[in-house]
Amino acid sequence: MIFQDLILTLERYWAQRDVTIQQPYVVEVGAGTMSPHTFLRVLGPEPWSVAYVQPSRRPADGRYGDNPNRLFQHHQYQVILKPSPDNVQDLYLGSLAAIGIDPAQHDIRFVEDNWEAPTLGAWGTGWEVWLDGMEITQFTYFQQVGGIEVRPVSAEITYGLERIAMYLQRVDNVYDLKWVGDLTYGDVYHRAEYEFSKYAFELADIDVLRASFENYEREASRCIDQSLILPAYDYVLKCSHVFNILDARGAFGTAQRAEYMARVRSLARLVARAWVDREHEEAAVNGDRRE
Amino acid sequence: MATDENRLVKDAVLEIGVEELPARFMRQALADAREYIIEALATARLEASEVRVYGTPRRIIVQLRQVAPRQNDLVREVRGPAARAAFDSEGKPTKAALGFARSTGVSVEALACRPTPQGDYVYATVTEGGRPAGAVLAEVFPQMIAAMSFPKSMRWGSHDFRFARPIRWILALLGTDVIDFHTHAVSSGRATWGHRTLAPGAHEIESAEEYLLRLRELGVMADPQERAKSIREQAESLTSSIGGQAVIDPELLEEVTFLVEWPRAFVGRFASDYLDLPEACVITPMKDHQRYFPVREPGGNLMSVFVGVRNGGDHAIDVVREGNEKVLAARLADARFFYEEDMKRPLAERADDLRGVVFQEKLGTMYEKATRIGLLASELLYGAPEAALVQRTACLAKADLVTSVVREFTELQGVMGREYALRQGEDRTVAEAIFEHYLPRFAGDVLPASPLGAALSVADKIDTLVGYFSIGLIPSGSADPYALRRQAAGAVSVHAEWKFRVGLDSLVARAASLFGEAGVAGDASRQAQVVEDVMGFIRARMKASLEEAGLRHDIADAVLAAGFGRPVCVFERAQAVAQVVDEGWFAALATAGSRVRNIAMNAQSEAFNPTLFQDDAEHALFDAAKSLEAEVRTSIEARMSGFVDRTAYISALERMSVISPVIDRYFEKVMVMVDDEAVRNNRLAMLKWVSGVLSMVIDLSTIVFAGE
Repeated sequence: MIFQDLILTLERYWAQRDVTIQQPYVVEVGAGTMSPHTFLRVLGPEPWSVAYVQPSRRPADGRYGDNPNRLFQHHQYQVILKPSPDNVQDLYLGSLAAIGIDPAQHDIRFVEDNWEAPTLGAWGTGWEVWLDGMEITQFTYFQQVGGIEVRPVSAEITYGLERIAMYLQRVDNVYDLKWVGDLTYGDVYHRAEYEFSKYAFELADIDVLRASFENYEREASRCIDQSLILPAYDYVLKCSHVFNILDARGAFGTAQRAEYMARVRSLARLVARAWVDREHEEAAVNGDRRE
Repeated sequence: MATDENRLVKDAVLEIGVEELPARFMRQALADAREYIIEALATARLEASEVRVYGTPRRIIVQLRQVAPRQNDLVREVRGPAARAAFDSEGKPTKAALGFARSTGVSVEALACRPTPQGDYVYATVTEGGRPAGAVLAEVFPQMIAAMSFPKSMRWGSHDFRFARPIRWILALLGTDVIDFHTHAVSSGRATWGHRTLAPGAHEIESAEEYLLRLRELGVMADPQERAKSIREQAESLTSSIGGQAVIDPELLEEVTFLVEWPRAFVGRFASDYLDLPEACVITPMKDHQRYFPVREPGGNLMSVFVGVRNGGDHAIDVVREGNEKVLAARLADARFFYEEDMKRPLAERADDLRGVVFQEKLGTMYEKATRIGLLASELLYGAPEAALVQRTACLAKADLVTSVVREFTELQGVMGREYALRQGEDRTVAEAIFEHYLPRFAGDVLPASPLGAALSVADKIDTLVGYFSIGLIPSGSADPYALRRQAAGAVSVHAEWKFRVGLDSLVARAASLFGEAGVAGDASRQAQVVEDVMGFIRARMKASLEEAGLRHDIADAVLAAGFGRPVCVFERAQAVAQVVDEGWFAALATAGSRVRNIAMNAQSEAFNPTLFQDDAEHALFDAAKSLEAEVRTSIEARMSGFVDRTAYISALERMSVISPVIDRYFEKVMVMVDDEAVRNNRLAMLKWVSGVLSMVIDLSTIVFAGE
């Protein structure tokens, strides 16, 4: 199955199950969870089901395009089901069958892995899903997001598209993946992998980035003060991305790293709190109108 | 039990069907379930011949063998009216007696009179019939499910209750009957779910008696012991056929056991040139990341094969094997890449990179930490042959933090440092000490086996403690985010084991002054405060470890009050006291000691003048204490220098006991609080000094004796 068919098949599978198909978010993120389609929408009581591809940037994982398995940017297929349905595992296994992985022909295992994203003040319980020993999916029941206990609980299914595609296409090198026709993954992304690795590991200006972090942090706070939650959240994401580059560049010791993470986390908490409060207010206003 | 009822005896079974439970929860969860059920059955007066628990990733199972059909009857006595109100003068029952009999459901004739402290009363013997087993279990089972607790639990869907993972079905049968209840948004029934691939979907179970057998047909081996045995046997037979032996770590075996419902082991291979890597680089990805068992040759060398365990049968096993081999190959390729990168630059060069690694933002870099560790460790090793190696080892000790392998597998810190040092031609003593300075890594871990490693281990931990305390990061209550308690306990146990002469107190003071020089720990008085706080913290850890070793709370305090800079002395004194605490002479000594101390608390100074003595008893106490002071000091110092064995403390205490009658006589003859101020102060001052002499081994005044 070529790379783009993998995406299209998942899109169709989840669309047929009444899940809203959305587009990738446009600010740099390290994971599909960080898109507001997940981070903000899993807060509060409203039901929400969404699926989207999310290119996810992790500067420290870059390998200059030399490593057959590691990427600066990989693609996640992200599904959120809120509240988590009773048959969520079966839905997931059904999606594997749809992309050509028959559970009966393999060893599929749900191995405990409690996801947490300290910079988002978020954690959940769940598994990494193993396909013959390879982690292909992160499966999480969110418990807390932005420091807030979530009710109802959302199920998050995050497929690692490159890993799955490599398995399906039986290739050992991610750059050999067929995207479509003769076009390979390497044709599309190899240069970006090299350049962004070189940048994050060697070129990124630590002083400039530290200053950017502080600017973004200030801008996020200013937006929160004005109740502009979505712009505020964009700046939180920017802080997080700059933090990741600084981290890849080796700019932090353990404790300082923790301190920067705490700063991102406290912003993420403020955003989450403001989002929930506004949902309450809107609910109250709508209630008044109905009366 | 009546014979006809015996035929009605049935088994009962509860199966909590869940999404895959964390393997590490299972052992405790099953033990808890069993204990809960046994207690609940006892409380409910429901008999069963046996309670068994089983578990797989997808189910927690409680099986009750031969459950009694009903609860046992409950017979109890109910007190009624006073006898004189219940029966008239002719002994006929009154209205009160009749009413009581009616309300308790017994006949008037069956009422009995019994004496009580308040006079005679009427009693009825009431028998409450037991309820049927099914009704009882319909309460006990859901209560058990609600009571189960896990290290981490979760909510799901729109529900507020918690469990380790979502509950998806509950099977509950008594014989062929469903035990009906509803809990955690699930109604009990007779359906179970088979193995995900061997027998997918729901299957109805006829009876509790056939449950386990049917489960086996559905591809589920319910008993974890059976699965573990099967994994072990398969692994052994597979590897012996290729001339090797699987290394079966019990913890890994337990984890794998709870990752599968039907184990099928297979042998996978990897390229043999990975065996050139340090073993840790091969074994860590294999075990920790993939849950494979490594395989060794009879001679002990690692083989280029592994044993994996698949959840299911033989079907498409080659696909599974191939997939697993690919994953491991990718992980090993990563490990090799990291390792080769690391070997390009010697550890000694990397030590300089530590200047760019922050230890703690306010406390400076790892480079500075390494330097301080060297200075502190030198104090501990003063005069020892290893002292010459301290500075270099301290520099290298943290250098593996800037290697790629340690960045990837943080649990290999120290292990890789030792490996790189050895491969890069460092002295073996230095290499071992790099590894050892992290010891102990957890409670009960091994301690450093070399003086160099031990000194660096203590120095590293003291440096961290003093540093964090200097900037106010002090653990409070249960919050200890930097694991400082573990650091303190580690420093204490290594220091005790190696019997360093330089005490923790002087080491802490030295560390505080080093942080002071770096402008972190404030001025001298602030540093003194830090030292006091850190020593208080260390004292608390020592006390906890004394109490864990079974020492009484008051004895621990008494021992610590006599000084605790050298933990080894604390532990030896504690053992000595524990041995003599029940002796009569010891109680006498402690009582006399308390008496002295209580009154000496009023003393202004310790300076006294024997010419002011007025009574023989004063001279006698002075002389006795004087010779005791010299003797005990000599014997403690001999012990500290290792010239005598640890019974020195017992003999010191025994020798002290000769002073008890002298003290008693002193208090008989001498009035301390006299009007003459000079005489009074002189007496108080001497008693204060005597009290000090008596506290040289332990502070006797805090010991509590039975009857006090």
